[in-house]
Amino acid sequence: MSALSYAVTDSTTMLRRNLRRLVRYPSLTLLLIGMPIVFLLLFVYVFGGQLGAGLNHQLNAGHAGRSGYLNYLTPGIMLMTVAAAVQGTAIVVAMDMTGGIIDRFRTMPIARASVLTGHVLASMIQTLLSIAVVLGVAIALGFRPTATAGDWLGVCGVVVLFAFALIWLATALGLAAKSVETASNTPMFLTLLPFLGSGFVPASTMPVGLRQFATYQPFTPVTETLRALLTGTRVGDNATLAIAWCVVIAVASCVWAKHLYNHRGAR
Amino acid sequence: MIDSHPLAIEATGVRKSFGETLVLDDVDLAVAQGTVFGLLGPNGAGKTTIVRILSTLIPADAGELRVAGHDLKRDANAVRSAIGVTGQFAAVDELCTGADNLRLMADLNHLGRAAGRQRVGELLDAFGLTDAARRPVSTYSGGMRRRLDLAMTLVGSPRVIFLDEPTTGLDPRGRRTMWDAIRSLAADGITIFLTTQYLDEADQLADRIAVLDQGRIVAEGTPGELKRRIPGGHIRLEFDSDDALEAAARVLENAAREQGAPALRVPSDGSTATLRQVLTLLEEAGIEAAQLSANTPDLDDVFFAVTGHSTTPELVAS
Repeated sequence: MSALSYAVTDSTTMLRRNLRRLVRYPSLTLLLIGMPIVFLLLFVYVFGGQLGAGLNHQLNAGHAGRSGYLNYLTPGIMLMTVAAAVQGTAIVVAMDMTGGIIDRFRTMPIARASVLTGHVLASMIQTLLSIAVVLGVAIALGFRPTATAGDWLGVCGVVVLFAFALIWLATALGLAAKSVETASNTPMFLTLLPFLGSGFVPASTMPVGLRQFATYQPFTPVTETLRALLTGTRVGDNATLAIAWCVVIAVASCVWAKHLYNHRGAR
Repeated sequence: MIDSHPLAIEATGVRKSFGETLVLDDVDLAVAQGTVFGLLGPNGAGKTTIVRILSTLIPADAGELRVAGHDLKRDANAVRSAIGVTGQFAAVDELCTGADNLRLMADLNHLGRAAGRQRVGELLDAFGLTDAARRPVSTYSGGMRRRLDLAMTLVGSPRVIFLDEPTTGLDPRGRRTMWDAIRSLAADGITIFLTTQYLDEADQLADRIAVLDQGRIVAEGTPGELKRRIPGGHIRLEFDSDDALEAAARVLENAAREQGAPALRVPSDGSTATLRQVLTLLEEAGIEAAQLSANTPDLDDVFFAVTGHSTTPELVAS
């Protein structure tokens, strides 16, 4: 077998290993899927009536109350789902790196990159499944996307790209963490970013400093792109910005993660 | 020089520092194929660092290193194909079952489905883990975890195995089981590089022993050669009366008096012959000892003998 086919075989083996771990340790996945669902229910049923009314006024878009707010909210909740899922990535990566097993892998004649590739692929599958579950709940609650087949393809593309970027970021954070506890905390700021953007309310309703942060942080163009694809709002240059942010985060995190991985264990 | 035994591990002039701290200072090692080599030293001597260097985990700052005939720097992957490593902390996947762990190793060694399954079954059997094979490793005892760890190391049929303190933290029974496993590997002709803090462990298992102290090899030889240099082994005799003590001191000419107790120490190699000789001398003189104990030398005695200081130099200094 050639070096490339070894790399593919080893990465598949590592992917299988990580998926098996997900199956054997389902509580983490359930916890991480549960969080965005709780926020979805909370914001639709507790705050939704009031926020929906405010939204009509603000956007003048003819949305109707609670169900209109559900339509507005769902893209933000989708990003929160990704942010929550990658917390799991950081945790499992840190579990590997702080346990003895990584040294075992490194003393074996396997494709070096397969350890990280396996984590990233398994996390991608886990994240996409989480998104599907959360989207299913939103639709059960009355979310009615107006997306065409082409729009749905776009939604998949944006979600995969965004998840890819955040998974690499979480992988790097997991590698950088000295303990599993640290790794479970550092990516937590990601779950806050949908709030500090246009995930829950329009950025234009926020006070000046926060508004500027909310307008220019990466989650906002991704939210707006998903919102445009799903519910037909105006997309503007958000799609371009969203793709650019995802590519920048993915490349930077990937380089950082590989650096950490190759230079770890100096002692 | 013509060598009948080619070397499995060959290291000359190995140095390693972490920041300002010199951890390995000009270490030379030569381990013949098919032998068991014991590296003996206290915590912090640099044992684990040597294992990490020889197993390709970290580079040495200087030195020539060859493992299984391959240069460590130029051909690390060829070294990795020939070695197996079992570290101080069990390198197992806690979330998965024992069988899962072994199957993962079979897959990573590219054994193929049928051959992999067979090897996993053999190893579960050999290490007494068949009944626990389907349980998650998080439910295993310390000894079972170590055995699984060693079994995982063996999946790829390595020619050279590094065992970094394989019995630290195990109870006596777990230790025995591990020793038996190591002996049977040695019997199969696998070269074993073992680190330990216990003299008796090195004595039991190793063909040759090197003593590492603060990053330097301070003694090397067969267990017998080393033990001959250690005066720590003795028979201790305690007496009820000063008369008995005096009488015994006259009979046992090489005995030393103990300070603060009516007791004598007779140097001993730990054999029953020496013990019998002492008892016979006492019996012939009609002296009864109140208490007898035989002390075998430990790591501390080795250190006193070869370095002149204890394994915990900072305590001696203070």
